[in-house]
Amino acid sequence: MTTRAQFDKVSLAFETPKGRLNVVEDVSYDINDGDFIAVIGPSGCGKTTMMSMLAGFQKPTTGSVLFDGQPVAGPGPERGVIFQEYGVFPWLTVKQNIAFGLTLRANHVAAGERDLICDHYLGLMGLSDFANSYPKHLSGGMRQRLAIARAYAVKPQFLLMDEPFGALDAQTRSNMQNLLLKVLQTEGKTVMLITHSVEEAIYLASRIVVVTARPARIRQIIDVPFAYPRDESIQERPEFGELRSYIKHLVMDEYRAQQAQMRPVSFSE
Amino acid sequence: MDGAGVRRFGLGLIPWVGAILLWYAVRWSGFVNTSLIPAPHQVAAKFVELLTKEGLLIDIFASTRRVFFGVSLGILVAVPVGFLLGWYRPARTFADPMINFFRALPPIALIPLVIVYFGVDELAKLVILFYASFFSGVIVMYEGVSQITPLYIRVAQTLGANQTEIFRKVIIPLTVPHILTALRVALGVAWATLVASELIAAQRGLGAMIQNASTYFLLDVIYVGIICIGLIALIMDMILRKITARLLVWQDRAIA
Repeated sequence: MTTRAQFDKVSLAFETPKGRLNVVEDVSYDINDGDFIAVIGPSGCGKTTMMSMLAGFQKPTTGSVLFDGQPVAGPGPERGVIFQEYGVFPWLTVKQNIAFGLTLRANHVAAGERDLICDHYLGLMGLSDFANSYPKHLSGGMRQRLAIARAYAVKPQFLLMDEPFGALDAQTRSNMQNLLLKVLQTEGKTVMLITHSVEEAIYLASRIVVVTARPARIRQIIDVPFAYPRDESIQERPEFGELRSYIKHLVMDEYRAQQAQMRPVSFSE
Repeated sequence: MDGAGVRRFGLGLIPWVGAILLWYAVRWSGFVNTSLIPAPHQVAAKFVELLTKEGLLIDIFASTRRVFFGVSLGILVAVPVGFLLGWYRPARTFADPMINFFRALPPIALIPLVIVYFGVDELAKLVILFYASFFSGVIVMYEGVSQITPLYIRVAQTLGANQTEIFRKVIIPLTVPHILTALRVALGVAWATLVASELIAAQRGLGAMIQNASTYFLLDVIYVGIICIGLIALIMDMILRKITARLLVWQDRAIA
């Protein structure tokens, strides 16, 4: 199995007026080809920062983040990113959004081929009827499907997802999770998913990285014992429940630690 | 025109009818000397007379041309300058106080200097209108551009866009709405400044017409001039709004 991405003793700190703020501390793990890694931890702990370094938006203070053996120098089309805020381009139609990456020089897609790729993902994501609509006419779930289609269209080897379904209602969210599993089954991708939902992490991921309260360190890496393809029935299994309560404990622990770090707020002001 | 269109048109007409009625009412109320307020129908008659006998169209054309070139040049410069100021924070810190200084100066106050440096020809009027449009446009541009969210640029980067592609395919589409707003604001300011610019020895033009009429106390001519300026500004704004609606179909607008 080849190693796609590597965090090697990665730390990241900011200098703030109040002093040095450690966000990520001494994190090391490998992501192999075909892995689905879910990173879970209390909110504000620095898990998004971890992803941001692999995406190429931030550089580690010490240590190195490698992709295909090379240090990450900046964002690139081989690492697709799905943002929590979707980031669909409002001035382009649904189809033009999907085609956006295909029209860029870096991706070398012939004009004749673009239409085929667009139609493929329009169909896969159930957006065919909206091909010529503008994003303002789409629901939140559809915008997120569009963002995924757009990221997939340039055929990244790796997908980074930052709480992609966080803003969706429960039903849409579970639909999107199933859709993602289906797409992964047919298209195959290595994924790093940032989430705060334990159920989502177990349901989707092959390995779960539990992160501590800030500064983010690795608390534990857990292998998920379910084979793909998965469906919702695994959520009924006793192993699922056991794993869920185990991870929930870990995360709650860290959540409390995070709360304790914060200075008590005075309401008398 | 469909039913909704007729209703919108009717709604838009009501305040105008109201204004004309109020005009008559003031005239007939007896509170004001009627020789100081020409009646709407007298002004309308004067309008026809000026149009047919005095070449009002030449004045309208002269003024519209000045506004058109003044605004075009002003916006042509305001767009790149406003963009730079909005995009690069250091540029903003550097130029912001100076822009606010010049923006606060009323163009009329500059007329004596403009006459000294640019004479009394078309160039002088162009300079005044350019000044007015540039400073009103540049503010709109840089406020707008500085509010562009970096999210779309990040998305484009992760899809493989290089610097040129980000500029062409992301930043320009996001800038277009601000250019159109800057144009609208500049157009309004330029029409407001027109009379001032035509104070400088203009032969023709609506501002000049008003100036000359005031010398001879021709109130009806003044009214015609004022109404013409307002109407042309209104028509230009409506055209610009149509263009905006066409270019920005993608925008999420609150329509009640």
